[in-house]
Amino acid sequence: MVRNMTASTTVASHKEIHFKIKRQDGPNSQPYWEEFKMPYAPQHNVISALLYLREHPVNTKGQRVAPVAWESNCMEEVCGACSMLVNGVPRQACAALVDDLAQPIVLEPLTKFPIIRDLAVDRQKMFDALIRVKAWVPLDGSQDVHEPAPRISPADQALRYAFSRCMTCGCCMEACPQYHDRSDFIGPAPLGQVALHNSHPTGGFFKSDRLHALMDPGGIAGCGNAQNCFKVCPKDIPLTHAIGALGRQTTVQWLRDLLIK
Amino acid sequence: MAKQRVVVVGGGLGGLWATLRLAEAGHSVDLFSLFPVKRSHSCCAQGGINAVLDIKGQHDSVEQHVTDTIKGGDYLGDQPPIKTMCQDAPGLVRTYDRMGVTFSRTPEGIMDQRLFGGVKNRRTCFAGATTGAQLLYGIDEQVRAHEGGGRVRKLEFWEFLSLVLDEQGVCRGIAALNVRTMKVETFRADIVLLATGGAGLIWGRSTMSTNCTGAAAARAYQQGAKFANGEFAQFHPTAMKGHDKLRLMSEACRGEGGRVWVPRKPGDTRLGRDIPENERFHFLEEWYPAYGNTCPRDVASRALVRVTRHMGMGVRGQDIVYLDLTHKPREFLEARLGGILDMYQTFAGVDPYTNPMEVFPSMHYTMGGLWVGYEKDGQTGGMAHISPKNHATSVPGLYACGECDFAYHGANRLGANSLLSASFSGRVAGDAAAAYLKNLKSSCDKVPDSVHDAERKRQEEINQALLARTGGENASTLHHQLGELMQQYVFVERDNAGLDKALAGIGELKERAKKISLDDKGNWSNQSLPWARQVQDMIVLGEVMTKCARLRDECRGSHYKAEFELKQPEGKFAGDPEYEAYTEKWKANNERWLKHSIATHTPAGPQVEYWPVDSSVMPPTKPRDYR
Repeated sequence: MVRNMTASTTVASHKEIHFKIKRQDGPNSQPYWEEFKMPYAPQHNVISALLYLREHPVNTKGQRVAPVAWESNCMEEVCGACSMLVNGVPRQACAALVDDLAQPIVLEPLTKFPIIRDLAVDRQKMFDALIRVKAWVPLDGSQDVHEPAPRISPADQALRYAFSRCMTCGCCMEACPQYHDRSDFIGPAPLGQVALHNSHPTGGFFKSDRLHALMDPGGIAGCGNAQNCFKVCPKDIPLTHAIGALGRQTTVQWLRDLLIK
Repeated sequence: MAKQRVVVVGGGLGGLWATLRLAEAGHSVDLFSLFPVKRSHSCCAQGGINAVLDIKGQHDSVEQHVTDTIKGGDYLGDQPPIKTMCQDAPGLVRTYDRMGVTFSRTPEGIMDQRLFGGVKNRRTCFAGATTGAQLLYGIDEQVRAHEGGGRVRKLEFWEFLSLVLDEQGVCRGIAALNVRTMKVETFRADIVLLATGGAGLIWGRSTMSTNCTGAAAARAYQQGAKFANGEFAQFHPTAMKGHDKLRLMSEACRGEGGRVWVPRKPGDTRLGRDIPENERFHFLEEWYPAYGNTCPRDVASRALVRVTRHMGMGVRGQDIVYLDLTHKPREFLEARLGGILDMYQTFAGVDPYTNPMEVFPSMHYTMGGLWVGYEKDGQTGGMAHISPKNHATSVPGLYACGECDFAYHGANRLGANSLLSASFSGRVAGDAAAAYLKNLKSSCDKVPDSVHDAERKRQEEINQALLARTGGENASTLHHQLGELMQQYVFVERDNAGLDKALAGIGELKERAKKISLDDKGNWSNQSLPWARQVQDMIVLGEVMTKCARLRDECRGSHYKAEFELKQPEGKFAGDPEYEAYTEKWKANNERWLKHSIATHTPAGPQVEYWPVDSSVMPPTKPRDYR
C-alpha cells in the first residue's frame, strides 16, 4: 500500500544517492538537517544505504561526522525495528528501495514518540499498552496439558492471522491524527491486538477485561475514524475493521454492565 | 536466604521460554536484550516447527523424527537430548496452540502439517510462512503477562559485555552496557542464561538479522566457556541474492511442491518462465530421486554449488539457480507462502507467482555453539526432564540455550527443527536453572563489591580506550573483509590450503582490530562503540570456526572437503559388495572423526580437543543416503 504511494514517483537514473536526514543529537537537543551523497548501486534500500554511510560518514560539505543513529534488525520487513518517515511516509526503511524513491531521499524520525537520537525513537509506550489491554491468551502454565486449543476454522484462522502479523512497528500510530502527546488515545495497534485476542476461543475469556480497558478514558472513543492506520500498515492489517467491531462490542459490554448492576 | 536473582540474556524463543519457565517457578527474572524482544531474529523463521502429530495417514512416529534428526545431523548430535526433544515436540506445539498462535488449519480446524527437507512425512506445523514470528509473538505475550504481574523485568537496549566471575570461577552476574546512556553496570545474579542466537554476521552477509553477530557467545568463550563444533555452519540452499542481506526463501517452498532447476543449455538467455519443461534440468530430482527437492540442506547446497560452479550451468552463467513455484495455484501459494512471496516481490521486483525465483546458498544457521551438558535418564535413554546439568555450560552458573548452544543438530540441522530446538532448549534450560537455584547454597549478594567493581572497571577501560584511539581502522571495513574470507574459504566447499589462507587473513584482522578508531566519540546512544566491540568478537569467533574447519579432515554434514570425501559407489546400494566396502570405510572414518570438536580460548588462539558423541539411541551403522 505504502509501496504504491511512493513507487509512483518518477525516478531519474542517478549516479549518486542523495539523502537529507533530520538529525538530533539527543532527546533535549535541537534538530538539524544534514545531507549525504553516496555512490549509486542497484538494489539499495534505505537501511543498506545507512550501513554504507556508517562506514563512510561524510556529509555533502565534506565533513566526517558521527554516523547517523537508527534502529534495524531483520532487513526484511518482519521485525518492525526500522520505522521512520521516508519522504514523509511512515514505513519500514529496510523495504524502502532506493530505486523507487524520489531524491533527495528525506529521512525523519517518527514524530509521535520521544526522540532518542537521530532516527531512533522510544516506542516503549506501545509495549506498555499491550499490558494494559491484556494482549495475551490466559494459560494455566506453559506445561503440556495434552490437549491443543479448541478447533478454529480456516476462515477464522485467516482473519486472526491478519491481525497476528502486527510487528508493533508504530507506523499506524504515526499516521493516526488522534494519537499524539496531548491526547491519551491508546492508538490503533493495541486495538488490533484486542480484536485478535478476543477472537480466540480461550483468549475470549478475558474479553470483558479488554473491553473495559477500552471503555476507559483514552480507549476506543478516541478514534476519529480517519482510517490512516490501515493505509500505512506494512502488513495490511484491517485495523479499521477491528476498531468498528470493537466499537460495537464495547456498546454491548456497556449495556451488559448496566443490566448486571 | 536472600531472594535469588536470575539473569537471562536474549529474548528470542530460547530466552523467552527460559524466562517463562523461571517466572512460573516463582523466580524474578531480569531479561536483557539489545532491542525490544519482539524484534528478535526468531521472527525471521518462516517455514514451520516439526512435531509428530501423524495427521496425514503416513504412520509417522516419534522414532522416525529421532532417526531423521540424527541422520540429518550425520550422527554428530548427542542422541539422548535429541530423543527427548522429539518426544516433547507434540506437547510443545500444543502449548503454542493454546497460547493462541495462528497455526494454519486443516478443513477440520486442527493444526495442519506440511512436508520439509530430509524427511518423508508431513511433520511440520506452520503459520503461513511467518511461523517464527507467530511463535515468537505467542511466547512474548505470555512473558508480557508476567511482566505485567511484576515477575519479569525487561532491560531492553542493554548489551551484554561480560560475565562477572567470582574467585572460584563461578558466574555471579553480568556486566552490561546501556546503549542509550553508554553507562556500564554490573548486575548480580545467582544464575545467568545466554540465549543470544546465531552468528551469521561473521560471514558478512547471511540470512540472519543484523544483530546476529555471535558476540555474546564469543565473550563467554573468551571468559572460559567451551565452544563446540564451530566448523559446522549451515548454508541454506535457497536464499535471494543481495549485497546487504541474503533473504531466505523458505524450504517450505520446496515442501509445498517447489522445484529447483537450471536451463539445460548453459548461458541460456531466455527468461526462466519462457524455457520449456524439456529444456529444464531438475538436478535435485535426478540426483536424489528418493527425496528430490526436499533432500537435506547440506546435500542440496552442495548440489547447487556443483551445478553452478563445477558444471557451469548456473542461470546466465552466474551463481544462480531457479526455485520454481509457478506451476502451483495462486490461492494455494498466497495462503501457505504469501508472507515470503511478498518479500521476494518487494526486494527482487519480480513476481514469484509467474516467474521462477533466483536463489543461491547462503550462510543461515550455526549448528556449533557454546558447549552445554545434559543428564541422561538411565531408564528412558533420553535426557532427564529436569536436571541442573541440562544446558549448563562449562562455566559454573552459566547456562546457554537456543542457537547459541551446540546441541541437537550435529553436523547439519533439518529444516523446521530450529524453532523446535530453540523452544525446547529454552524450556529445558529454564527448568534446569530452577533446579540449579534450588541446590545453590551461597547467594550472589555475598560476592564482594570489589569483584563487581573490578569487572565494571575492566569494561569501562575497554570502552574508554576505544573512544580515545586514533588508529584509523574502520570497524565496518574489517567486518566486510572478515565476511569475504569466510564466504570464500569457509563456505559450502572447503580445502586446507584455503582454510590456511583464511586463518592467516583472520590473524591480520585481529591485529588491525587493535587499531579500530570510532567516528563517534560521544557518550549518548553511540552506536559505533558497541559495533566496534562486536566486530572484534566476530573475528575471535570466526577464528574458532575456521580453525576447527581446518583441523577436521573429513566430510560430515555441512563440513565438506573434497580431498577427504568417501564417495558413495554410483548405482550401488546396501547389499552390493562395493557398497558394503564403502560402509566399512565409513565406519573406520567414524572411529577417528565422529567426535565433537571443543575449542578453549587461550591468548594464542583456540586450543581444540575432541570429545566423544553419545550414540546410544541409534548407533551409526548405516551411512546417510538420500538417493
